[in-house]
Amino acid sequence: MADIDTLRPAFFEECEDLLARMAEGLARIPEAAGRQDLDPVHDVFRAVHSIKGGAGAFGLASLVNFAHAFETVLDLMRAGSLPADGAAMHTLLRASDVLSDMVAAARDGQDDPAQMAALLLELDLLADGGPGDTVEPDFGFQPVKLDLLAFDLPEPDAQPDGAGFAVTLIPTAGLYATGHEPLSLLRALADLGAAEVTADLSGVAPLAALDLARPGLCWRTRITTPEAEDQIAAIFDFVGDLADVTITRLAHADEAPESTPPVPQLTLVPAPKPEPRTARPSAEAAPHAAPATIRVNLDRVDRLINQIGELVIMEAMLSQAISSAGLRDDSDITGSLEGIKQLAANIQESVMSIRAQPLKSVFQRMERITREAADATGKQVRLVTAGEMTEVDKTVIERLVDPLTHMIRNSVDHGIEATGNRLAAGKPAEGVITLSAAHRSGRVIIEVVDDGAGINRSRVREIAEERGLIAPGAQLSPAEIDNLLFMPGFSSKEEVSALSGRGVGLDVVRREIQSLGGRVSIQSSPGLGTSFTIALPLTLAVLEGMLIGVGRETMVLPISSIIETLGLGNLQIHRLGRSGRVIANRGEMIPIIDLAECFGFEAGQDDERGVLILVECDSGRRAALAADRIFDQRQVVIKSLEDNYGAVPGISAATILGDGRIALIVDPEELVERAAKEAPSLSLAANG
Amino acid sequence: MQQMILQNTANQSDFVCFRIGEQDYCIEIDVVREIRGWTPATVLPYAPRHVTGVINLRGAVVAVVDLAARLGLGRTDPTPRHVVIIVALGSQTVGLLADVVSEIMRIDEAAMKPVPDVASDGTSGFITNVITLEDGRMLRRLDLGTVLPGKDSEAA
Repeated sequence: MADIDTLRPAFFEECEDLLARMAEGLARIPEAAGRQDLDPVHDVFRAVHSIKGGAGAFGLASLVNFAHAFETVLDLMRAGSLPADGAAMHTLLRASDVLSDMVAAARDGQDDPAQMAALLLELDLLADGGPGDTVEPDFGFQPVKLDLLAFDLPEPDAQPDGAGFAVTLIPTAGLYATGHEPLSLLRALADLGAAEVTADLSGVAPLAALDLARPGLCWRTRITTPEAEDQIAAIFDFVGDLADVTITRLAHADEAPESTPPVPQLTLVPAPKPEPRTARPSAEAAPHAAPATIRVNLDRVDRLINQIGELVIMEAMLSQAISSAGLRDDSDITGSLEGIKQLAANIQESVMSIRAQPLKSVFQRMERITREAADATGKQVRLVTAGEMTEVDKTVIERLVDPLTHMIRNSVDHGIEATGNRLAAGKPAEGVITLSAAHRSGRVIIEVVDDGAGINRSRVREIAEERGLIAPGAQLSPAEIDNLLFMPGFSSKEEVSALSGRGVGLDVVRREIQSLGGRVSIQSSPGLGTSFTIALPLTLAVLEGMLIGVGRETMVLPISSIIETLGLGNLQIHRLGRSGRVIANRGEMIPIIDLAECFGFEAGQDDERGVLILVECDSGRRAALAADRIFDQRQVVIKSLEDNYGAVPGISAATILGDGRIALIVDPEELVERAAKEAPSLSLAANG
Repeated sequence: MQQMILQNTANQSDFVCFRIGEQDYCIEIDVVREIRGWTPATVLPYAPRHVTGVINLRGAVVAVVDLAARLGLGRTDPTPRHVVIIVALGSQTVGLLADVVSEIMRIDEAAMKPVPDVASDGTSGFITNVITLEDGRMLRRLDLGTVLPGKDSEAA
């Protein structure tokens, strides 16, 4: 079925949302259970149920099966017959992980995850053992018949207490548009008991007057079932808003025929049945009042962002043209231009905010990572998150997952001590990792803080010497030792652990963050813990930069890495060796990198003119970049060089200036690191 | 009758012909996006000698390849009278710097002759075929795949 196939992406997209809602609900259950609040359980149930419903429509049998077992346990929990205690929660959380994996596997057409069978068994055990003999009688009135997929349903006429219901289903156009199949609903209904379904075609307009937005079909069902009304309503749970469903309880099963209205002669919109009930299960509170949203293809947003970028460039060109035309500052044109500038900036900001998304999705995934890492290492670790609503560009979010995963695993594996050691140090057995995010001065700051033992500096030093990363006996400050962790080829755990192992270290994290235009730094205090701080730009599309003249070219230097600028006039430049030059700044000797020379441009002026721009990179290494002059400071739109050309060493990207020419954006990080590699003795001297 | 068959065969395609120094070259028309006059390019550091720099093509950063330098005919000193032929090959857009675009010509596949074995100064590696024209000129068909800088850059 071609149309079903086209709906698949939409289903999996929806699953993402549902899985997120599920994870969120699960996190709230233990705390809410203390207050006898079952709302989160209902939320999780609804999410799992919707996944099951969708999966059924796409014939994903194993997913349906698993979701069903999951749902069964949740149902017991919401009925109050299964306490939300530690053991149950542990199973539920792991079941949620497996469910996520299964959805992903179904999406990518892969095999179901290996843990599925084990978890399925665990869920079944929980469902069977959960209610306990003592509890069951108390909840005897609850529908404990849970296995909807069992085919050996009792014969309805053998059920004296089976109640009769009249169910009317009037789907709206929306139901068809979203790919629901009324037939599957009716089949599910028929599975509950003996059902007699009649299609009412009287509402369907003649072909000439047929309006697709107004389907007139209506199905009436008389059903005798031992299930409670809730179970019938549950079938229509996930088409709740898309169909007009009324369920009326009939006084007795045998009276059913009488109360069924005659089939023909119905108006287009039938009058409400007596005591109509919406399909929503009654116990549920109103869902969270989320602001209305729409799904938009990312390409469209990106196109818009590109066009706004063009607009900003055009605006800059215009203002340059006007200023070179020599108009007075108070002229009308200048005034209007100022207005356009303002508007363009506002539009740019609004468009950027479309791409911005809360970090929540990433943070939620980290809970799972923590859980798995803690299980694997046998440590007790809790993840506390804060500021998960902080918004960041979507691309940044996607590319944050890997580095953050690695950092969290690293914190669990290396940061938090083994339980015994913690107790010996007088700390609670459970280690806490705090993952927080906040906006600070135009950047996003993400912190991963653990309350572990802190970095064992003497050990780090030993390893670094062993691996030849530093010269034996080199003078290093504590911060410099900490930074050794980011060196390629450093891994402090003696045996390669399956967890943070895989042969990659924190250097990969640093590289990933740097490729996002961000920085990572590390602070550690012995016995108290370690904190990693990631500073990221809000967007990858614009950058606050300083326009500098290098030789005859104009280049852009990211403001974020600049510490200060120095005029060359009265500075003492020391020569070191054949070509090395350093300057003394606040008691520190800083190597000079001549940008024109470095990039092979025709050299500009001599040392006596021009400026030095002091930059610092993540490792704390500093350098003074020599340029000819500083023009301006402004936001520039980042254009990739790699799309049409390729990577250029020392250059991160390009931008377009007001005159329509291209300026290259300097990557100070790479320049400084490279210069340090070329002259190791010099850099150590400068750092010492 | 035979004439008609010839005209209708798919073996004919249009080529954009241009001149570099004293030589005539051509490329398939379907890769050409536009032809524009030379505008000053921003110099790329560490770029191979034949990459003149990058220009702004309506918001996209496009590298310009100096064909003369690429073909070993010496670097061009570009003036506004030079042309940049913008070509798209795959996802990559590149500008080709040439002296002048002469014409657009329909060439039969049969007219494509293999490149003669001449002790060459590096040019023949970039040419797939040669075509002899009625007026005695020789057209060289450029192999764009080898001329273009390549995504992972041949930076020194």
